[in-house]
Amino acid sequence: MIKINNLTKIFKTPNGPVTAANNIQMEVPEGEICVLLGPSGCGKTTTLKMINRIVPPTSGKVFINGEDTSGLDTVSLRRNIGYVIQQIGLFPNMTIEENIVLVPKLLGWESARYKKRALELLDMVALDPSVFLKRYPKELSGGQQQRIGVARALAADPPVMLMDEPFGAIDPINREIIQDEFLKMQKVLNKTIMFVSHDIDEAVKMSNRIAIFKAGELIQYDTPDNILAHPKDEFVKNFVGDDRALKRLRLVNVAQVMEPPIHVLQTDSLSDAFQKMQACGYFHAITLVNKSTQPIGFVTKEATQTRQGQCGEHYIGLKSVISINDDLRKVASKMFTHDITWMPCVDDEGRMVGQITQKGITHYLGATYRRDSYQNPPNESEHIDPSNTTSC
Amino acid sequence: MKHISIKRYGYALGILVAFWLGSVFEQNSVFAALWEYKEDVIYLIGQHIEMVVISGLIAISIAIPIGIILSRPRFSKYSESAMQVLNIGTTIPTLAILALAMSFLGIGTLPAIFGLCIASLLPIVRNTYIGLNEVPAHLKEAAAGIGMTTTQMLIRVEIPNALFVMFAGIRTALAINVGTAPLAFLIGGGGLGELIFTGIDLDEPFMMLAGAIPVAMLAILVDVFIAAIAFLLVPKGVNPLRH
Repeated sequence: MIKINNLTKIFKTPNGPVTAANNIQMEVPEGEICVLLGPSGCGKTTTLKMINRIVPPTSGKVFINGEDTSGLDTVSLRRNIGYVIQQIGLFPNMTIEENIVLVPKLLGWESARYKKRALELLDMVALDPSVFLKRYPKELSGGQQQRIGVARALAADPPVMLMDEPFGAIDPINREIIQDEFLKMQKVLNKTIMFVSHDIDEAVKMSNRIAIFKAGELIQYDTPDNILAHPKDEFVKNFVGDDRALKRLRLVNVAQVMEPPIHVLQTDSLSDAFQKMQACGYFHAITLVNKSTQPIGFVTKEATQTRQGQCGEHYIGLKSVISINDDLRKVASKMFTHDITWMPCVDDEGRMVGQITQKGITHYLGATYRRDSYQNPPNESEHIDPSNTTSC
Repeated sequence: MKHISIKRYGYALGILVAFWLGSVFEQNSVFAALWEYKEDVIYLIGQHIEMVVISGLIAISIAIPIGIILSRPRFSKYSESAMQVLNIGTTIPTLAILALAMSFLGIGTLPAIFGLCIASLLPIVRNTYIGLNEVPAHLKEAAAGIGMTTTQMLIRVEIPNALFVMFAGIRTALAINVGTAPLAFLIGGGGLGELIFTGIDLDEPFMMLAGAIPVAMLAILVDVFIAAIAFLLVPKGVNPLRH
């Protein structure tokens, strides 16, 4: 847990004092990623760097796991905080191994222990130890270097990590990959992380909470969904962009929005299918599944009304299905690609476990706007009931 | 391909020229004339090397700490002006430095070593200071961020990354040192300058050459020696000569 209390930084410049961060007050719960977001010069980096005193605070306090850090000396404070910077900062005179084991060495670990740790960490960041351990930083690509940068920060297993635009200098394709890997690692490691970014998409993707800064002030500190759905003022609104509702798509999983599965088997008769559709209030079609409930096609309502026989004889092939682990962005993208308004949702084995409709998505995303007051924060159990969207 | 063939022609030409020169010298009994000074040369080379090594070592052991101190943040206010003073210092001719040294230390080896020391101090200080200052700020930030003390940062990060530039300074300094050392004769310091200046005064070109050729070779040897040390000591990851 990181708690910041009235943190202020005033720089003295020839043109008079400049307040880089004014009375910043925030708390990052344990195991969460908090992204500090804002335009350049807004104080986000200053705030981050005051935590490990790269920038000494003018006033205010920082607590890490409840401990007041002003009582700690700078060196031991920093050895217990992982620090990753945009320029990566691997030491070019040392091999990858030497870079990674630097902090454990400073902390006085035995050599067998820190060597083993280097192997573990390289595995964790998906680089082959036998290839990379003895190489020098200049022999690695930018993406590989930053993986090592992250590994170095994690070396002594600090509870808290500070990351200053860690993926900012990496090309967009590799950035996505590294972000995904990092999130996967974080699921296991459960570090408390403060992360500076100026990219709203990165923030929405990486964070549990977003803190929006403007001119040294913390403007809004909230979950990504609330920041996107309820920007506090014009500044935040402009910063998160006109397409903020679309950005929320990324925050929601298919599993959260899908409706219970309604399907027919190949051996069911068309009239049964018609009955089922009537019962559920479907106007157009119903999904057809095979014996292991894997969706293979759909039967139109028209067919059930005009033809005779079994569903297996009159179905149309499916254009697309969606995994329950995907986010709504992917759903929307597939719907736009295939010109469809609904899709069966499948689990890892490809079995149909629900279906997702355009109406269901808009209803889900709109729910937060329909709540009377934003002052009552949304309650997890209040997630919308599928029965609202269909009459089934 | 083209590169290699040019190099090959160059070598062939070099060998031919050396062979031709050798035969010309042999015909004119240049070697025999030089050989006469063998004993003098051996004795004076010893003196010469002694002066260079002592003054060089003293210069290195003084200049590097000065360079390090000037590069520390707390001296940053004064370091620029100090560097300016040193830069002006380099413009003083080395002969003048020797003359000044003689004027308050008398004649002999001591003022010679002192003068050579001063002459070779400046490039080392300058390169140490520049080398340390040019270590990228983000490396220092990363080092501070992972909890290195300032001493650890200096020894593990700053000096290894500045070492190549520092060695370039040492090379320059020793080249100046070896080249200036013959002047030490003028203030009674001995060395190969004795043969060179006496040869000029007596209009004995072979005597002069017997001093000048070893000085030239010594300069080359010292340069190669320092380059070899730099090659071995500068860490592989920051050594432009090693890939």
